[in-house]
Amino acid sequence: MPAPRNPLASLLAGAALLVASQVSMAQEPVRGGTLSMVVQPEPPTLVSAFNSAAPIGVVSTKILEGLLTYDFDMNPKPVLAETWKVSPDGKTITFNLRKGVKWHDGRDFTAADVQFSVMKVWKELHPRGRSTFAKVTAVEMPSPHVAILKLSEPSPYLMSALTSYEGQVLPKHLYEGTDIAQNPYNSKPVGTGPFVFREWQKGNFALLERNPGYWDAKKPYLDKLVLRFIPDASARAAAFETGEVQLGGFSPVPLSDVKRLQASGRFDVETRGYEYLAPMFLMEFNLANPYLKDRRVRHAIAHAIDRDLLVKTVWFGFGTPATGPIPSVLTQFYTAEVPKYPFDPKRAEQLLDEAGFKRAGGGARFRLVHDYLPYGSDYQRTAEYLKQALGKVGIEVELRAQDTAAFLKRVYTDNDFAFTINFFYALPDPTIGVQRIYWSKNIKKGVPFSNASGYADAEADRLIEAIQVEPDRRKRRELINAFQRKVTEDLPVLDLFETRFFTLASKKVQNHTATAEGVYGSFASVWLAK
Amino acid sequence: MRSRLAWLLRRLAQAVPIVVGIAVFNFALLHLAPGDAADVLAGEAGGATPEYVQQLRRRFGLDQPLPVQLGRYLLNVARLDLGFSFRHSMPVSELIFSRLPATLLLMVSAIALAFGLGVLLGVTAARSVNRLADNLISVAALLVYATPIFWLGLMMILLFSVHLGWLPSGGMFTVGADFAGLARATDIARHLVLPAVALALFYTALYTRLMRASMLEVFNLEFVTTARAKGLGERAVAWRHVLRNALLPMVTMLGLQTGSLLGGSVLVETVFGWPGLGRLAFEAVLQRDHNLLLGILLLSSVLVVAVNVVVDMLYAVLDPRIEAAP
Repeated sequence: MPAPRNPLASLLAGAALLVASQVSMAQEPVRGGTLSMVVQPEPPTLVSAFNSAAPIGVVSTKILEGLLTYDFDMNPKPVLAETWKVSPDGKTITFNLRKGVKWHDGRDFTAADVQFSVMKVWKELHPRGRSTFAKVTAVEMPSPHVAILKLSEPSPYLMSALTSYEGQVLPKHLYEGTDIAQNPYNSKPVGTGPFVFREWQKGNFALLERNPGYWDAKKPYLDKLVLRFIPDASARAAAFETGEVQLGGFSPVPLSDVKRLQASGRFDVETRGYEYLAPMFLMEFNLANPYLKDRRVRHAIAHAIDRDLLVKTVWFGFGTPATGPIPSVLTQFYTAEVPKYPFDPKRAEQLLDEAGFKRAGGGARFRLVHDYLPYGSDYQRTAEYLKQALGKVGIEVELRAQDTAAFLKRVYTDNDFAFTINFFYALPDPTIGVQRIYWSKNIKKGVPFSNASGYADAEADRLIEAIQVEPDRRKRRELINAFQRKVTEDLPVLDLFETRFFTLASKKVQNHTATAEGVYGSFASVWLAK
Repeated sequence: MRSRLAWLLRRLAQAVPIVVGIAVFNFALLHLAPGDAADVLAGEAGGATPEYVQQLRRRFGLDQPLPVQLGRYLLNVARLDLGFSFRHSMPVSELIFSRLPATLLLMVSAIALAFGLGVLLGVTAARSVNRLADNLISVAALLVYATPIFWLGLMMILLFSVHLGWLPSGGMFTVGADFAGLARATDIARHLVLPAVALALFYTALYTRLMRASMLEVFNLEFVTTARAKGLGERAVAWRHVLRNALLPMVTMLGLQTGSLLGGSVLVETVFGWPGLGRLAFEAVLQRDHNLLLGILLLSSVLVVAVNVVVDMLYAVLDPRIEAAP
């Protein structure tokens, strides 16, 4: 290394060394302490095995575990399964389970728990598991620590659904022969995870304590984990500022407060850890609507919206404009080679003219009522932006406010809407997350987050069904690329932007985002710096 | 004495059809809202199969025709059973009673504080009517009355928790601290200060204005002149003679507000994360948890009816000229 030419350079080099030494010092985990984490809204139960609601996942994954976890590139990593093997025909998956793992009540964890969870819980009760594990016909147990899944057809997506959140293993001895969804242990779970359930005071908090017999010896580092339910977003921001809570996922404070909290230098804003969910903000068009059934009108709407502006102003930069149905964080499946709809109001007007909806005397072309997902002021402001943007190309938009139950019923049961804004989890595999929006067999009345647009296209269906069973990775990827091109051209749903949730953490909290699961992680390796 | 007992019994008998009527009305009203608990649960879960949603409806009894559901509900209520909250997987009565202490603590402290302060400020204002003290009190009361309570709460959190660091910003006690005895009482009291004061400020404004007006009215009555004529000082006239007579409207107001005790205060409970009944009821609306909401509404209506009876009896105590009306 050449001698520094000037004092500033040597100062910088020194600073770099100092930073490096601080980082290496920060790598030594410390045992002990209580971490207070905020969870919003309060979960209805504490078990994710058959209910995939987001807040349940945050609490449940610390107590109960899955077979696998995933790194940021979605490669599987061992948890309850130490090793695994998928047969070449994709119809047999063998899991070698970790030995010496005990449930919090002292019983041994065995393959029987896995068999019970797959066959009786995920396959029968989990809202997505019913389709993810549909092809599993049996789970064989040649020994207490080997579980072999037998499939009638290959299910390449199944291997991405085995986290504690998406495929949670329940103790057979407490659930067998009971009404699983009403089992009392759902609100006082017994798991194998790093934290043991201690208390849940509804409307207030849940308290978890360190599992001293955790299979990963030395872990967890924390003594206690407090999960606080604070309903008001501004009050959550205040609780962060006073230090009463140190961690929160799923964008726990108002977006407008983030800059101020960041400027204090006491907090980290982490946008990783949501790769597994891969959330997408989108617009569902009702294809039965007399205007929206014309593809040119949908293309025109796409051209009329400035997604960059939307993300930057309404969402304070917490998003990335989307190009198609699969978010770019899913690097194994995403393609940018799809039809594009850049912001171009002139082109939008031209398309609307071509579709025969001319401006009547310089006024509006037609009128649409817009239903937006009532998840808070960000959603409402998005709707207000859309009203403005579409108004400029001659589509008059009237906003309709309602609560969540009314919204879901209107869109997914009554089909009484023109277009929505909504958000979906794309999840790690298109078959698990994305197909439900486009598959004609998923036009199902009364099922939230199904195919509400009424899109039914033979070619799209063919691609979707081929993707479900193609075991060859390269061929499957080609099918998935073709699917992305197809639906981006037809545009029954307009993908606006990839939502970037953030995790807000006090700088003292270390390792909170260790895997693609983020705050759905087990927190075994989370520790508090002094 | 006998007639008073008969009066009480008659009032209670009259209350039964009122409460039943309220239950039926609430039931009908709640079912006008679009969507049901199964929709909400399936929506939260981020998707579901139709079989799953149907299974939920069956389990919740939502697949039955409405009159059957209503009949079942009334039958349960007659047996003092408020039903089961499927969302919380708990009996409704258990849920309500687990939140009741927090609600009572908050509402009773707030209303007691507000009533005391309201009497003090109202009397002070009335005694110096149109002078400086009166003007200050009246303007302050008006300001507080007009300030949105959630904004006031947030500003108090910013000042006392974030900037000064004197008091905790929310919750009811320090979780995981395992305090006992006096330490626990102090801890709860520290958490109670901000929400109780925020809520009390609003009520104080109300009571102050009412007390002032009522005092001024009584000051003009002839017996006050008599009291002055027999040589009593202004202070004794105001506190001993006028106050007692001016309290009647205050008691009416107190009765009205005690009736709404159970409802708690959604806004204050939300801002301060106070685990009370108001929020439970509010969330039950959004979650279409009808059994829970009906339970809370029913208990509230029973309380309103009961408090009204008590208030009527209190009138007779405060002013012996008022007989308990037949």
